[in-house]
Amino acid sequence: MIDQVQRLGHETLSVLASLGRSGIFLLQSLWAWPNLRTGFPLLMKQLHSVGVLSLVIIVVSGLFIGMVLSLQGYTILVDYGSEQAVGQMVALSLVRELSPVVTALLFAGRAGSALTAEIGLMKATEQLSSMEMIGVDPLRRIVSPRFWAGFYSLPLLSMIFSVVGVWGGVLVGVEWLGIYEGSFWANMQAAVDFREDVVNGVIKAIAFGFVVTWIAVFQGYDCVPTSEGISKATTKTVVYASLAILGLDFLLTALMFGDF
Amino acid sequence: MDQSSDAIVRIRGLTFRRGERYIFNDVSFDIPRGQITAVMGPSGTGKTTLLRLIGGQIRPDAGTIEVDGANIPDLNRRELFDIRERMGMLFQSGALFSDLSVFENVAFPLRVHTRLPEDMIRDLVQIKLQSVGLRGAVKLMPSELSGGMARRVALARAIALDPDIMMYDEPFTGQDPIAMGVLVKLIKSLNRALGHSSIVVSHDIQETLSIADYIYLIADAEVVAHGTPHDLLAEESPKVKQFMQGLPDGPVPFHYPADDYLSSLLDPEVRR
Amino acid sequence: MRIRTLEIGVGAFILAGCLALAFLIINVSGLRASAGADTFTVYARFENVGGLTVRSKVSMSGVVIGQVTDIRIDPDYLQALVEMKIDKRVDYLTTDSSAAILTAGLLGEKYIGITPGADLETLSDGDTISDTQSALVLEELIGKFLFNKVNE
Repeated sequence: MIDQVQRLGHETLSVLASLGRSGIFLLQSLWAWPNLRTGFPLLMKQLHSVGVLSLVIIVVSGLFIGMVLSLQGYTILVDYGSEQAVGQMVALSLVRELSPVVTALLFAGRAGSALTAEIGLMKATEQLSSMEMIGVDPLRRIVSPRFWAGFYSLPLLSMIFSVVGVWGGVLVGVEWLGIYEGSFWANMQAAVDFREDVVNGVIKAIAFGFVVTWIAVFQGYDCVPTSEGISKATTKTVVYASLAILGLDFLLTALMFGDF
Repeated sequence: MDQSSDAIVRIRGLTFRRGERYIFNDVSFDIPRGQITAVMGPSGTGKTTLLRLIGGQIRPDAGTIEVDGANIPDLNRRELFDIRERMGMLFQSGALFSDLSVFENVAFPLRVHTRLPEDMIRDLVQIKLQSVGLRGAVKLMPSELSGGMARRVALARAIALDPDIMMYDEPFTGQDPIAMGVLVKLIKSLNRALGHSSIVVSHDIQETLSIADYIYLIADAEVVAHGTPHDLLAEESPKVKQFMQGLPDGPVPFHYPADDYLSSLLDPEVRR
Repeated sequence: MRIRTLEIGVGAFILAGCLALAFLIINVSGLRASAGADTFTVYARFENVGGLTVRSKVSMSGVVIGQVTDIRIDPDYLQALVEMKIDKRVDYLTTDSSAAILTAGLLGEKYIGITPGADLETLSDGDTISDTQSALVLEELIGKFLFNKVNE
């Protein structure tokens, strides 16, 4: 009994300690903004590996999710004779919810885990230590470019996801199921508001980008430098990032669309 | 402590604990300038920890570590990065940056700390790689190098800025005899040619004895013996003798502490 | 050469993101005159707003000219006070315009329809439309119908 109480205390303390460490780590990495001359090529490289290389999975998932939404929406709405509303349904669910959330989840799995593993492996092979000994802050050189790359990439990916999704919806709804194209677009444009829907969706994506990359780089930097430690850290990145995305999504939705 | 008048690293009352266990308990010694000093001892006695303490990557629980008069634990982040420019460290695994080529690895410290034009960096990299005999490998990636070559490239990178202090973390472990011989020769010749002070942390007795000017033997969180290689070989104390001659049993026991063998064999509770 | 393809890739990626944003703005949201600087505020009191909500459309002859920005109870009149922002360019609404709460389709959303009158003066910022017609509430309608039947 006492043992279990002690274990609970120990776990709580270690969670708090790791939260504190990650907070300090975040401040330090934000502070270690790389200078323009050396930092820009590093940022480019990370934008490529984090953003460009995630494009394929984002485009493919976006396309299929848009197509499925359109198909499902059609089968339900056609019973009420309001299949023109498919466009508005597809666009609203994509722009408000699915694009930021699904993009962030895929991003956590595709790029987040890679970031964690890469930084963890650098730690395990003493590359971070040796960088410190050369007199270069690894936060500035390794962590900061990766952090900002993730932060910039996710909103871009999310918007691409939306557009591809809408296009998938048009493909199924208009091309295959024969919804009248004019009313499809008109309904969509009438329902989607720029400020309320598009901007809020982008804000969500920015928030998710911040959280996911923060978790990913911190788990890599903080991992136990063994192969087991790296694998644990990678798993943690995906699990924590996914939970954080879903929790944060509810919070942001309540703040943006809730009436209080 | 006869060379204390001209010590580049001066350690006084150093105490470092990991949890409850003492890694160093009130340890004091000096690293003389311009010579090769070896720190030896069995595995797990904190030899690597010592290098990390000198490099300021971890902080001691008590004591001072003065490098050329500056106390490392007192320095702030900025000052620490400045003083590290004057230290070179060869890591056990080489620690080459896996996403950069051999050339870029060696050029890395130059690019970061100097604003030399590109052709001068190229010349310097060639010189450093030539001195470790790997000028031909300049275009390779670290993954294409053997362990020994990787360590030599790392050595070239460590000496790129002509440091005052070179630290070698277990330079001989896991190397074949040829690579080992090359490293022994390199450490010695670089020390003489570039005039820096070297600290070699190792448990490979023969190689270390052949290059060190002075040796500290660490065991049980203390310096148990120190002197020239000749002095240490003549040392009579059983601890030193066991280590220097590589005897399997002695004051450092063969068995990890355990309860009585026979009773634990008969006790069904013990298999947990 | 490797650096070049990398940079082209990143450039294309950022461009694609920006194009996507442009597409979302123009084609998906069809960026309409929403609450912004170029509007003026008009009030209207209603007996009953029915299902009218904030962000509902304000239209004239079926063309959207603004949106509802606030709905509250006016304690002086004990009626619902609806605040709406109307596009500045629509500066020809006369003071005797009437506002009605209408329904798009049988079960669709509620919106405000404005019908201009014949007065010479036009509404300006902060004015109140006095001629209003409340939302049609089905129960009341049925109630009235039955009452009339009984009276006959």
